[in-house]
Amino acid sequence: MIDYNKISKSPVELTKQDFVSDQMVKWCPGCGAHAILAAVGNVFPKIGYRKENFAMVSGIGCSSRFPYYVDTFGFHGIHGRAAAIASGLKIANPGLSVWVATGDGDSMAIGGNHFIHVLRRNIDINILLFNNQIYGLTKGQFSPTTPLGTVTKTSPYGTIEHPFTVSGLVMGAQGTFFARVPDNNIKLMTEVLYEAAKHNGTSVVEILQNCVIYADKVHEEVTTRDMREDRQLFLKHGESMIFGKNRDKGIIMAGNHLKVAEIGQNGINESDILVHDQYNTDPGIHRMLGRMKLPGQPVAMGVIRSAPANTYDDLTEQQIETAKKTSRIQSVNDLLRSGDTWEI
Amino acid sequence: MVKFVGDSGDGMQLTGTLFSEVAALAGNDLATFPDFPAEIRAPHNTIAGVSGFQMHMGKRKIYTSGDMCDVLVVMNPASLKSNLKWTKPGATLVIDSSTFDEKTIGKAGYTENPLEDGTLDGYHVIKAPITDLTRQSLEELGVDKRLAERTKNMFVLGLMFYLFERDLEKPLEFIKMKFSEKPKVVQANQTAMKAGYHFAESTEAIKITFRVDPAPMKKGLYRNITGNVATAWGLLAASEQSGRPLFLGSYPITPATEILMELSKHKSLGAKVFQAEDEIAGICSAIGASFGGSMAVTTTSGPGLSLKSEALGLAVITELPLVVVNVQRAGPSTGMPTKSEQSDLMQALFGRNGECPLMVMAASSAANCFYYAYLAAKYAMEHMTPVILLTDGYLGFGSELFRIPDVKDLPSIKPPMADPNDANFKPYRRDEKTLVRKWAVPGVEGLRHRIGGLEKTNIDGNVSTDPLNHQLMVNIREEKIWRISDYLPLLQVQGDPEGDLLVVGWGGTEGALASTVSRLQEEGHKISHAQFNFIKPLPKNTREVLKRFKKIVVCELNAGQFVNYLRMLYPEYTYYQFNKVQGLPFHIQELTETFIKLLED
Repeated sequence: MIDYNKISKSPVELTKQDFVSDQMVKWCPGCGAHAILAAVGNVFPKIGYRKENFAMVSGIGCSSRFPYYVDTFGFHGIHGRAAAIASGLKIANPGLSVWVATGDGDSMAIGGNHFIHVLRRNIDINILLFNNQIYGLTKGQFSPTTPLGTVTKTSPYGTIEHPFTVSGLVMGAQGTFFARVPDNNIKLMTEVLYEAAKHNGTSVVEILQNCVIYADKVHEEVTTRDMREDRQLFLKHGESMIFGKNRDKGIIMAGNHLKVAEIGQNGINESDILVHDQYNTDPGIHRMLGRMKLPGQPVAMGVIRSAPANTYDDLTEQQIETAKKTSRIQSVNDLLRSGDTWEI
Repeated sequence: MVKFVGDSGDGMQLTGTLFSEVAALAGNDLATFPDFPAEIRAPHNTIAGVSGFQMHMGKRKIYTSGDMCDVLVVMNPASLKSNLKWTKPGATLVIDSSTFDEKTIGKAGYTENPLEDGTLDGYHVIKAPITDLTRQSLEELGVDKRLAERTKNMFVLGLMFYLFERDLEKPLEFIKMKFSEKPKVVQANQTAMKAGYHFAESTEAIKITFRVDPAPMKKGLYRNITGNVATAWGLLAASEQSGRPLFLGSYPITPATEILMELSKHKSLGAKVFQAEDEIAGICSAIGASFGGSMAVTTTSGPGLSLKSEALGLAVITELPLVVVNVQRAGPSTGMPTKSEQSDLMQALFGRNGECPLMVMAASSAANCFYYAYLAAKYAMEHMTPVILLTDGYLGFGSELFRIPDVKDLPSIKPPMADPNDANFKPYRRDEKTLVRKWAVPGVEGLRHRIGGLEKTNIDGNVSTDPLNHQLMVNIREEKIWRISDYLPLLQVQGDPEGDLLVVGWGGTEGALASTVSRLQEEGHKISHAQFNFIKPLPKNTREVLKRFKKIVVCELNAGQFVNYLRMLYPEYTYYQFNKVQGLPFHIQELTETFIKLLED
């Protein structure tokens, strides 16, 4: 359940329509961003805050046009800096629900420093990371998540850089919330965004987004609908990590790594399958789940990690409250007259 | 002018501070400046490790921390080597002779012992084995050698208090407060100070003492304050007066860090201080906070301002209030971080992509950093614009007496807040007179809107690449800044409003220029002085002031930035210029020579 103590609840029930802005949506037809906009439209009324308490912040890139399309307070920043702008906004105005729309280039290349530090500080904002493995708005250069060897406009001989995995970077920076969703599953995305809003601290939702123009079908192997039960593991807190069309496969711990096992074979039964604990503060298994990939392993979807920890913004308010109660300096006049002064 | 110099670690900053406090209590006007190396603990007894504290006190108005010493206190050979050139002929030198041995003399770069080879002929030398005497005075207390060594600065102070006819009551009390948790340290320091005083009484080397009478000053409550602390307090006062909470997003950088440290202390006044991961996050978090309704500030020095350039453009195009304090230092690049300069003026005015106007102003004394920081915040909020406030390392680290105001007497600050559910609200709808838009804070009902770095239509604020709209917005943004001049104080002239020579300066050089000009006026020259605190926009009477003088000389601690700005805006006048780029302030003597030459030519 959403905690309404910090951000005030809407007195009336809102609908998707309340968040549609008067701007024309200018993404390419077939772009995965349309699905993200739809999921945000679903989840904002469900979260239930007053309309005025939502703020969308973005940087630069296709993803970053997002604020214009949602009828909330919105701020379209500069390349890479959305996390820093959103940090200031949330700390200054903790009564807001702050959402960042960003891409793989915006957040992990030019904005990499802000991205890791907002995670480390655990400021209570929600980051929608549109991962299409390409620079779209500048028309097709490789990004920090482009797979090794990919031919793009700036890598005509194939890239020679090892890509980031978003989950690895988030958890390496001590992120407390990480979820992953494919762009063709709006229902799951809506659920996951709700979980992100609920989490106290920085939430990162990686959306495997298709860019129809410059990196079409890069996620196809994972996201294709007819194979998704076999290639995706849908995690749910407290439930066994079982997947497959026939729900006959699961994840077990084999030595110090995760392994796919077939239930009913080699003496494996349901009780051997790992049960997902998204609230575990130890990121060990969460990291392993984030790393799972094809072939051989399904790609983990849903909330992988949602660990409780203090947030920077709460601690800021607490320190101020304590200082106001205990300090002798209650006004600037007190301050000006503190220490050594003398009459002339 | 008195200067204390020693090895960094000898406690010269504390010694100087305490000496200044006692002078202030005695009613002298004063200005101080610490001069320390960039290294925290440079090698012992080398020139690189010399740390100094200079203070200028008097019975008349003190404008600067002084150029040449009347009394120099020297704790080792390296300090003598690096400071003798800043000492007046005939000055008094107080020297710790125990530190002069073959090794330390060599390290300082002397081949012979300067105490014996005639180097100090013509000076009034008081040399004493201070380190040894301190140790002896503490023998009975049984303190360890290390503590005895670290107490020699108090011995020197005791000696100096005798020399300046001060009594020891206040300083002894100060020591007690400063080390209240460590009774042994209190006892050692007090004993050493008394020993120094008694030594001075009995030594034959001291033939005369100095008396500095109280200065005639406006009645009121006073304190000593550094420019950086004054800046921080001015910002806090503006926040309180405007009712907008203070947010500082900043990254440590010399010589601006003290503002960040000072504001971090004042959570009880609601100040939110965010030490960011870099300069860019410093300004971007401040822009986010400004969008969120806070009085937002970022503080930095030259290299940091370079990093903030792109984000400054964002604040300009979104027309959000933001105060950027640039405590200037010697550049380019890392340059000389602890040395002062005025070389970021062009960067402040023009250092951004696109047509990107904002307000630029400058403080001109350590104490008036309080007022100019306050005004920077006032203009930023009331005119919905970023404001760059230029101070410099000399002002930031320097201190002077500050007459404490009552916050309720400061000018009012009324930010143009948008009202809830204002049916008329549009992001770029403007006040006709000022061209200022409304500040619409997230969370307030009925004001949802989107702004950002893309060009927007005037009034509606929709993304637009329309050619005529862009021209209109460019013109409006420039005009909006110049219209602030309707609300600025006029440029003041020190001296007659007409004459042979007008000395023009801006920012931190005010003290040196004002004191030089006032001396020349006393000698009967037709010379006046105008110091600019507002640079963009300029005060409305600027042309009126310039046109009444036969000659104009613009003096700056850079290669000629303000003079070229004046040439651009007022090309009808001929400007002489005097520039110095050495990481040092102006000296009265070089200014006097320059002005006399211009007056005589």
